[in-house]
Amino acid sequence: MQTPFRIAVASGKGGTGKTLFSSNMYASLARQGKDVAFIDCDAEEPNAGIFFETEFFRHEQVTQEVPVIDTEKCTFCNQCHDACRYHAIFSLPDSQIIQVIDDLCHDCGACYYACRFDAIKPKVFPLGDVNTYHCKGYDGKLVEARMHAGVYSPVKIIDRAIQNNSMSGLTILDSPPGTSCPFIHTVAHSEYVILITESTPFGVNDLKQAVEVLKEMNIPFGVVVNRVGLGNDEVFRYLKKEKIDLLWQIPFDKRIARLYSEGKLVIDAYPGWDQEFISIYEFIVGKYGIGSN
Amino acid sequence: MAVISGKGGTGKSNLVASLVSMAPSVILADCDVDAANQHILFQPRVSAEETFTGSENAVIDEKKCTHCGICANHCRFGAIQCTPEQTKISDIFCDGCAFCVTVCPEDAISMQKHNKSRLYTGDFRYGEMVYGILAPGEENSGKLVNMVKANARNLARKKQIQNIIIDGPPGLGCPVISSISGTTDVVVVCEPSLTAIHDLERVLSLLEKYKFRVWIVINKFDLNLALARIIENICHDRQVTLAGKIPFDENVVKGMTICKTITEYKPDSPAAKAVSRIYNQIFCDEKMSPL
Repeated sequence: MQTPFRIAVASGKGGTGKTLFSSNMYASLARQGKDVAFIDCDAEEPNAGIFFETEFFRHEQVTQEVPVIDTEKCTFCNQCHDACRYHAIFSLPDSQIIQVIDDLCHDCGACYYACRFDAIKPKVFPLGDVNTYHCKGYDGKLVEARMHAGVYSPVKIIDRAIQNNSMSGLTILDSPPGTSCPFIHTVAHSEYVILITESTPFGVNDLKQAVEVLKEMNIPFGVVVNRVGLGNDEVFRYLKKEKIDLLWQIPFDKRIARLYSEGKLVIDAYPGWDQEFISIYEFIVGKYGIGSN
Repeated sequence: MAVISGKGGTGKSNLVASLVSMAPSVILADCDVDAANQHILFQPRVSAEETFTGSENAVIDEKKCTHCGICANHCRFGAIQCTPEQTKISDIFCDGCAFCVTVCPEDAISMQKHNKSRLYTGDFRYGEMVYGILAPGEENSGKLVNMVKANARNLARKKQIQNIIIDGPPGLGCPVISSISGTTDVVVVCEPSLTAIHDLERVLSLLEKYKFRVWIVINKFDLNLALARIIENICHDRQVTLAGKIPFDENVVKGMTICKTITEYKPDSPAAKAVSRIYNQIFCDEKMSPL
């Protein structure tokens, strides 16, 4: 039995090349015969599936419970309203009006407990889907977390996708952008994080935020700088000063941008690229000593 | 007007900055609070700083806790780990519902407010700007977005400025909806890639539920002309106006490294000219109040 090892590919700033990196890394390792899964955790905008020819395998609906208030039994005591920190229960006791705003409910359970009249019962509320696919041509599976538009947070869908699909071997997680809750929940489930950035003032600013969070969470990480050649060398000075591992520099190349734009894997057009991904994987495994095959 | 994009990194913030640099009087509201960047480019002189208290976290009083485990049994977020010797609440998984505070028989749990997020107002070379910086790991960014917008509106009223340009967040979750609500115009920035087109379709489906005037800008359109054409067809099919196409230009990034927008750095470049045309198309439209 192998120890599960999860690598999250993340970035403070959007559009730095997270999906470019994670999809190519996954394909490089899977084609080598590694036992690897790829989970697209960007549930607001999942799109890693574009890069693979897949066969649908399994669908799982992610739901939560939301309360339904029985107005026959309700005494309009307002206890449930006061217990709800999310303002999901709208109530006008004097007019005997009480209503649950489903979209605001976080399913914490406090209202059921607060009600002394057995007037609150749960109903099922859909949040999103976790779809699993097999990639044609090699072993390995692709998992996609997809949130329904208008849902308050993708976190529950991300958690479910990761919990139910982490393999005994290696799992690569494509993280949502930013450093707020969706990012935190993705990296919290991983043993190592690869941060993708670009050498621009915006890129460096957002990288620093992500680094701060990972240090606080005590998760080891390294950095890949994308589109080197555009921008300046601020990011390299920062990495050196902070003694952060620079895993790879990807040069700016219009051809890469074009391949990516067409949903093609760069490793198919650039011989030797797959070796870069395998070396990065081996470096991480070597340094952190877990999950080695 | 709000500028958003489904996919991140499509050039949304750069477009916003360029539009702002052309407008004679406008208020800039940076609502991408999770990765606010406009203040880096415009280096505003901050005139007001407010603390944003967003979510709350449960904290345990070690002295009172008897490790009975009741809180852990009630927590639906799996945030509480309880052993006979120790009870721990995870900051990461705590959702701030305070259910544990209610059920604790020892009165050992209380809620603590997060107060690391900030809201700033300041003036910069083109006028006034409001921006929010969300502390890492914070939730409720929609609330901070609403505060940024409320401050921008108050400022606009005080200074009698008609137009507010909002730099919105990527994605299509709660902060995006907060950013666009109450605006008249929404500009969606897209680039010609399959991933960005996929995200664009999701954003447009969301926007269809509301009554905005929607504009699309294709950034770096010449990186893939065939896909740029597909975006144009989407505009046509969905009856959304194409505000313009911006060619790829390394000068955009070069300018950014010295804190200049493309219209400031290379005003004669094809990219800057494209941005000017977009500006005219959107702001000189008769329905929008002229600047």
